[in-house]
Amino acid sequence: MSNDILIVAEVREGELKKVTLEMIGKGAEITQALGGAVNVVLMGSGVSPLADTVGHYGVQKVYLADDPVLENYAPEGYTKVLTDLIKETDPAVVLLAASTRGKDLAPRVAARLAVGLASDCTDIEVQDGRLLITRPIYAGKALAKVVEETRPQMATVRPNVFPAPEPDTSSTAEVENISVDTGDVRAKVIEMLKEAGERVELTEADIIVSGGRGMKGPENFPLLEELADVLGAAVGASRAAVDAGWVDHSHQVGQTGKVVTPTLYIACGISGAIQHLAGMKTSKYIVAINKDPEAPIFKVADYGIVADLFKVVPVLTEEFKKIKAEG
Amino acid sequence: MNIVVCVKQVPDTASKINVKEGMVDTEGLECVINPYDEYAIEEALLIKERLGEGKVTVITVGPERAKDALKSGLALGADEAIHLIDEAFEGSDPYATALLLAKALEKIDYDIIFCGKQGVDEDHAQVGIALAELLDLPHVSVVVKLDISEDKKRAIAHREVEGGKEVVETTLPAVFTAQKGLNEPRYPSLKGIMAVKKKTIAEWDAQELGVSPQEVGREAAKIKTVEAMTPPGRETGQIFQGEEPGEMARKVAHLLRDEAKIL
Ligand SMILES: Cc1cc2nc3c(=O)[nH]c(=O)nc-3n(C[C@H](O)[C@H](O)[C@H](O)COP(=O)(O)OP(=O)(O)OC[C@H]3O[C@@H](n4cnc5c(N)ncnc54)[C@H](O)[C@@H]3O)c2cc1C
Ligand SMILES: Nc1ncnc2c1ncn2[C@@H]1O[C@H](COP(=O)(O)O)[C@@H](O)[C@H]1O
Repeated sequence: MSNDILIVAEVREGELKKVTLEMIGKGAEITQALGGAVNVVLMGSGVSPLADTVGHYGVQKVYLADDPVLENYAPEGYTKVLTDLIKETDPAVVLLAASTRGKDLAPRVAARLAVGLASDCTDIEVQDGRLLITRPIYAGKALAKVVEETRPQMATVRPNVFPAPEPDTSSTAEVENISVDTGDVRAKVIEMLKEAGERVELTEADIIVSGGRGMKGPENFPLLEELADVLGAAVGASRAAVDAGWVDHSHQVGQTGKVVTPTLYIACGISGAIQHLAGMKTSKYIVAINKDPEAPIFKVADYGIVADLFKVVPVLTEEFKKIKAEG
Repeated sequence: MNIVVCVKQVPDTASKINVKEGMVDTEGLECVINPYDEYAIEEALLIKERLGEGKVTVITVGPERAKDALKSGLALGADEAIHLIDEAFEGSDPYATALLLAKALEKIDYDIIFCGKQGVDEDHAQVGIALAELLDLPHVSVVVKLDISEDKKRAIAHREVEGGKEVVETTLPAVFTAQKGLNEPRYPSLKGIMAVKKKTIAEWDAQELGVSPQEVGREAAKIKTVEAMTPPGRETGQIFQGEEPGEMARKVAHLLRDEAKIL
């Protein structure tokens, strides 16, 4: 039996997402301990050119399922294609992104194969020839180390956690076209409603600027958007801001929102309730702006400013602009 | 229209989670219905109300105390409740939980199955989707909007994805997992709470479901927790206070550049 690792590439709108490279990097580490090769499967329509890109990251083989029927993601079709490939190639490990797609696909594939699945993992080690997987539970209030008894060992990997390796343009992967039989597909995407604006998505963002009840109203969010624009950041919110109807719930950070791990999280007018902290506490750097020195958010902040956010945020925006201009 | 809602009892999200001897200690924590399952129940009730007919059944796999989650569902307006309870079920992983729910669902009529997007205890986000697979049904996950067709044979669901929403059309029966934003869950009415006493909760064990105790529970788990830990705490940071706000902002901006090396 091989110790190969199969990585399911995360592709959206023809673009290879960074988490794919993060998984390849982690996969290479695992194969160093286990032996075996890192292979990637690319599923979609018009995804063939991405095989070259993937090849620059030390991947042995790229399985290519490039077919118009895979244009839109459909859980049943993708499950069939992926499980067929897994059955045929028998990898020891299968990794997917903990994205809305990976989290939708992985449980269906795991159930079809009757194997275990570790969701949203943040670390993978090898112990006694098997994976020892770390995953946050209770929204990160605790961490669980888990093992899987079944083959393949499957996991979804949280984006932004593992470093992406450097490309080596001289290396290439072998490309193998695989058969695309989607079987019967009953749930189909008929339309994509894109959110206005070109801002980066919360869970993929390197920097997040978040606002809470202290923002006072939706009319003040442009203040955060300006700051976000300067930093190339995403905009998040506390549940209080979401429930007040100031921001769409897809921006909510926390235990019942998105769990995020950016390099920098700037919390403006957010008190730091336990459910909010659960969603952002693992950010590399946290900046808190709050006029209440007792606000719990300061307990997790690397840099805190006790002041009126309306006096602080515009100056921050200006200062970052200057710093960026200086280069 | 028969609508089944799978509910799980979980510790309140305000709980501090303690780890004792390498395992999470939930002893003494206040337990509630999983918040996402509240959206699931609400959507089931709304559909029934909109159609003016139908039956809503809540179902759970859990120990005796999980009955409270079923009672909460009944108080909100669910018509029936089923408790899958057996010592053999304890410690079931998401796959085994889905298997138990699938076995139960094979015994009843359903047109729509709702689950929550994820249990806020172990955050697997698997059971609903695995259940769909085991029952050979289509599924739509992280649903924020749902419309049932006139002939009740199809549904159109909006699911939240990175950068927008996917509009998905599916045949029924199907499994939907509820995301925040789907609706505003109601509070139980006094009448609803009183009515719970008159409703019975069915209890089904391994034998009733026709599962062998070896297929489920802790021993059969395909994913096993070796150890739970408290995550490392954060070091205390630099908090600026009492100076001119703009001055403090400039200091922090420069610390982010020079110390954190972010910009
Ligand atoms: C089941 C459940 C799930 C939940 N899930 C989440 C979740 O996922 N995410 C989440 O965020 N919450 C969640 N909550 C809610 C959480 O408990 C808090 O109520 C919420 O996070 C508070 O939001 P906030 O910090 O914006 O508001 P508040 O707690 O009201 O804090 C506002 C802060 O703004 C400060 N402020 C006011 N004006 C200014 C100013 N001019 N300048 C500077 N500072 C100012 C105040 O000092 C205060 O600290 C959940 C709750 C429940 C019950
Ligand atoms: N023990 C259980 N009993 C009934 N439903 C459950 C159970 N565990 C999970 N579910 C359902 O599956 C959803 C996702 O749970 P999980 O996969 O544990 O994150 C929950 O919101 C419930 O709807």
